[in-house]
Amino acid sequence: GYLATAQDSQAAMAAYRVTPALQRVLLALKQVSFQSRCCIIASRTHYSAVYDPNEKTFDKILIANRGEIACRVIKTCKKMGIKTVAVHSDVDSGAVHVKMADEAVCVGPAPTSKSYLNMDAIMEAIRKTGAQAVHPGYGFLSENKEFARRLAAEGVTFIGPDTHAIQAMGDKIESKLIAKNAKVNTIPGFDGVVKDADQAVRIAREIGYPVMIKASAGGGGKGMRIAWDDEETREGFRFSSQEAASSFGDDRLLIEKFIDNPRHIEIQVLADKQGNALWLNERECSIQRRNQKVVEEAPSTFLDPETRRAMGEQAVSLARAVKYSSAGTVEFLVDSQRCFYFLEMNTRLQVEHPITECITGLDLVQEMIRVAKGYALRHKQTDIPINGWAVESRVYAEDPYKSFGLPSIGRLSQYQEPVNLSNVRVDSGIQEGSDISIYYDPMISKLVTYGSTRAEALQRMEEALDNYVIRGVTHNIPLLREIIGHPRFVKGDISTKFLPEVYPEGFKGHQLTDSEQEELVASAASLFVATQLRSQRFLGSLRVSTSQQEQKRWELSVELEKGVHAVTVSRLGSTYTVEMGVKSLDVTSEWNLASALLPVSINGTQRTMQCLSRTAGGEISLQYLGTVFKVRVLSKLAAELSRHMPEKVPEDTSSILRSPMPGTVVAVSVNPGDTVAEGQEICVIEAMKMQNSMTAAKTAKVKSVHCKPGETVGEGDLLVELE
Amino acid sequence: MAAFTVARSSCRLLHGLRSAFKSHVRINGAAAVSARSDVQLLPRWYSVSHLSVQERIDKKRKAALVGGGQKRIDAQHKRGKLTARERIELLLDPDSFVEYDMFVEHRCSDFGMQADHNKFPGDSVVTGQGRINGRLVYVFSQDFTVFGGSLSGAHAQKICKIMDQAMMVGAPVIGLNDSGGARIQEGVESLAGYADIFLRNVMASGVIPQISLVMGPCAGGAVYSPALTDFTFMVKDTSYLFITGPDVVKSVTNEDVTQEELGGAKTHTAVSGVAHRAFENDIDALLNLREFFNFLPLSNKDAAPVIECHDRSDRLVPGLDTVVPFESTKAYDMLDIIHSIVDEMEFFEIMPNYAKNIVVGFSRMNGRTVGIVGNQPKVASGCLDINSSVKGARFVRFCDAFNIPIITFVDVPGFLPGTAQEYGGIIRHGAKLLFAFAEATVPKITVITRKAYGGAYDVMSSKHLRGDVNYAWPTAEVAVMGAKGAVQIIFRGKENQEEAEAEYVEKFANPFPAAVRGFVDDIIQPSTTRLRICRDLEVLASKKQTNPWKKHANIPL
Repeated sequence: GYLATAQDSQAAMAAYRVTPALQRVLLALKQVSFQSRCCIIASRTHYSAVYDPNEKTFDKILIANRGEIACRVIKTCKKMGIKTVAVHSDVDSGAVHVKMADEAVCVGPAPTSKSYLNMDAIMEAIRKTGAQAVHPGYGFLSENKEFARRLAAEGVTFIGPDTHAIQAMGDKIESKLIAKNAKVNTIPGFDGVVKDADQAVRIAREIGYPVMIKASAGGGGKGMRIAWDDEETREGFRFSSQEAASSFGDDRLLIEKFIDNPRHIEIQVLADKQGNALWLNERECSIQRRNQKVVEEAPSTFLDPETRRAMGEQAVSLARAVKYSSAGTVEFLVDSQRCFYFLEMNTRLQVEHPITECITGLDLVQEMIRVAKGYALRHKQTDIPINGWAVESRVYAEDPYKSFGLPSIGRLSQYQEPVNLSNVRVDSGIQEGSDISIYYDPMISKLVTYGSTRAEALQRMEEALDNYVIRGVTHNIPLLREIIGHPRFVKGDISTKFLPEVYPEGFKGHQLTDSEQEELVASAASLFVATQLRSQRFLGSLRVSTSQQEQKRWELSVELEKGVHAVTVSRLGSTYTVEMGVKSLDVTSEWNLASALLPVSINGTQRTMQCLSRTAGGEISLQYLGTVFKVRVLSKLAAELSRHMPEKVPEDTSSILRSPMPGTVVAVSVNPGDTVAEGQEICVIEAMKMQNSMTAAKTAKVKSVHCKPGETVGEGDLLVELE
Repeated sequence: MAAFTVARSSCRLLHGLRSAFKSHVRINGAAAVSARSDVQLLPRWYSVSHLSVQERIDKKRKAALVGGGQKRIDAQHKRGKLTARERIELLLDPDSFVEYDMFVEHRCSDFGMQADHNKFPGDSVVTGQGRINGRLVYVFSQDFTVFGGSLSGAHAQKICKIMDQAMMVGAPVIGLNDSGGARIQEGVESLAGYADIFLRNVMASGVIPQISLVMGPCAGGAVYSPALTDFTFMVKDTSYLFITGPDVVKSVTNEDVTQEELGGAKTHTAVSGVAHRAFENDIDALLNLREFFNFLPLSNKDAAPVIECHDRSDRLVPGLDTVVPFESTKAYDMLDIIHSIVDEMEFFEIMPNYAKNIVVGFSRMNGRTVGIVGNQPKVASGCLDINSSVKGARFVRFCDAFNIPIITFVDVPGFLPGTAQEYGGIIRHGAKLLFAFAEATVPKITVITRKAYGGAYDVMSSKHLRGDVNYAWPTAEVAVMGAKGAVQIIFRGKENQEEAEAEYVEKFANPFPAAVRGFVDDIIQPSTTRLRICRDLEVLASKKQTNPWKKHANIPL
């Protein structure tokens, strides 16, 4: 699969491969109705599938993962009465999944290779705690057959498919062959050693242009080249064969039909060890950036029942072909004619599994645990419904204004999930005060909403995004909010190229319409007046009385995106009437100045805004429709006098890092040429036996490094220069 | 060289003033020019004689409103500065300004100063009282458009008048400084004026809050008025404070230095510690000053103000449970703790760029103003040194003088060692902070977040210095020193140092040794810190404590 193989990165370095499983299942319980599920979902844990206490599974499960997926698995375990063991790195010792689990074992230092990928330590943790089974989550060891083998050797159950299924689906070429044999549509193509450029051209012509050429051994879209004619095929052959030989020591090339403007749609399968297999409908995952999924939904607007059934049946036959058991995902590319082609199978629980749970009512983790214990599935294919519509937004700690998302790190100084809204599910593994570090995936949470219709689900997603409070790290809610509301997305007109097509110049935040601009200006002006009035409300008895009368009319000037708006505000109770030229807007709000969320009604339209900062100088940062806007509100007088204020040339200190104190350089974490993220550690200075981490003030390339570990530096000494 | 310095130092002030005259001439060429042209315009001519009194009043008032005239106003604007009256208008509530002494004129008759066109109603300062968010304040604003804002006898007399009244009424004084220096034409009269103001600054100290906002030049003797007030703020790029200007510096010490380097906002907020904060421009400074003013009581007779608060006093702060890092040598930002505990995350930091290893500033808890002092582990591990001790001490004393409760967050590894510190007098400077905390009688609440080592533990508002409520977080370590150092002393030359270290950590690197002795009142869950402090402040609001009678204490200066 060249489009979206690396989407579920739990840790950047972890190998991705997991398990979809399929086999038999019996239906034990009837589907719970959609309505009742809503109620359950409203309270953050959402699983509808009922647990049968008489069905004995495991006493204790170790979760070989961290973050939201570890928490997700623990929740189901709790529901099923299973004790849980968390593993964690030293920096994660206070993490949410550690607190949630019954037991926790530290398996090593922060780097994943030394902790979450450290099989020896994890095996030791299993022995020590006596866990009977291991749930691997996604990423890390989830698709590692060596890990599965070692567990089997010690008689510990791996909650996932059998080793041979992991292996078969883990190899791109083998998986395609199996798929072909199982009558699964595959992309026409050639895989093997290509002698020379001429042969490459012959193959390409046979398949029909455009074609994609890459080294067989290369993962994902890495080293992929698109050829539209013979000339480009020759060139692609030359590069790819060189790369194949040099990078992978494997000469084989993959030449296949390139599907232009494809959608990425995947089928969730569930199978048991008795040979039962079900398809749990599709997930539309076309909204991607850099081959990573951003927004997913289930079902897809694009599939008709026939296509869905055809895809589902092919997915199930593939699962059967490899004797798959447990949950798994078969990924397809779908072209504009609804022709679909097998991409790959993920032999694990997917990140985006919650949307399938929402529309089918199944708890996939519960089913995985049951299947792993050897129980048959409880459902028949006809029992699998599509109830309503579910949408998932992946909330990341990253800056969407840079390549649709470059990682950012920091401490979540304030964090509030929109779980008080109904039909909202938030899967997260962090809380207020958590650190988003460079060691792990920067995902903050998976925000899932649903409704009886797609429109409802999307509407709820907008509200949920507006009510989501994240402070301390840069996050991608502005982008998510834009995607959800974009006309093309709303229509369902999407493909994997959605983002680059819609934002060819890169994401620039929400573009305000005139009326939105007025709403924002009026809200900012009202907030300003509310703040001013509050700062006059002194309590208690005062020796010198204050002047009591309240200003009746506020003549203000509001600066927004280089435009200046003259407004007049008057207040009656909690309604602020804002006059702007000929227009007049009524802004009603209690303006709780301590609250992160500011519910506002503007001429009757309900909005939720967030105020990120307010300064005495009138600068207000307001999050409105997902994007943060900088507004400046001044009295008319101050605005008039502003023209006399000198222009300031901002001093760029962000590209120079100086030692803030005398000390010893303990470690330098960067080399010239490295790219560092804002807030990333550059070096560590020890002073007073304390280590002080020096971090990058912006995301940039390292120009030069002026210090070495062990060196003594004085205050103000130049340490590192950025470009 | 030393002898030279001593000889010089004895007349430094005089020098300063002299240089001020020089700079005045330079800065305010206009004043000099008008004085010269005056000579040609003699003899005098009284044009007012045929006007009625009412007309004369109106005319004078009108003249007073334009200060030195439109041309000079334009020049002032061109420098990126507002006029004295514009500043007052921005600082005070709309229409609240009540002006005093609009008709006062200077009384100098030398050098042609007696000429009509050299008389400006109100002279070079605008004075009066008004309201900031409804609360009374006295204010003077020096008018650079009139003789470069230079200080005449009349100018000083106007300032003294409002200061005297502010003292009687019990309301703060805000000075907006923008003056070339002494009025050279007036000679000693001007010097006397300065001294009159200095005396009032000193008498008012600790009685009413005094704030200086330097919005232009302030040189020579004039600098001592801001220096005597409680807070000195500056405007970036347009304000300067120095004893002697760059020219004199060059001639005396042969140093090449610009005005900005010598006495700009950056120098005084980051290097010298003379100014407490600097703002972007006049407007930003005045708006910030309004906000700052809201934290202060009107006088030492008033309690710390309480303002309507939207932040729940029992709000839990879950993030605090994880804010102190797992490794005890790793730094964290004390500002994170402060912001999340105080009302609405509002913290008006004082001296944010100076001695950053200690954080001081104002916030509110359940609406009531509090002073916050915190060691900053992010900078120099939060150790105490000369600068941070002095910074902390001055802040604590202000809070104590004006009934503002003090909340102290402690994570201090000790006093900074080294010759620079010892030679610099860390002993007597460190003693200032100790002194300030010890003598303070306002409510004192202390939270030990992590380290409280050695003498620095005693200093940081410990129980022993009459801390009213002292808390420890579970991460607190109250000990004489860190484990390694302690073990090296206790078990000198013995084997099993590591084992001994572990034993020491087990014994002392936790809050229990202090808790069992009652040196901390409780070990609290960090997330409950806000709730506890708010509750304690409620109780301590009626605290009464007096120090023994004395003329005044003798703080080690």
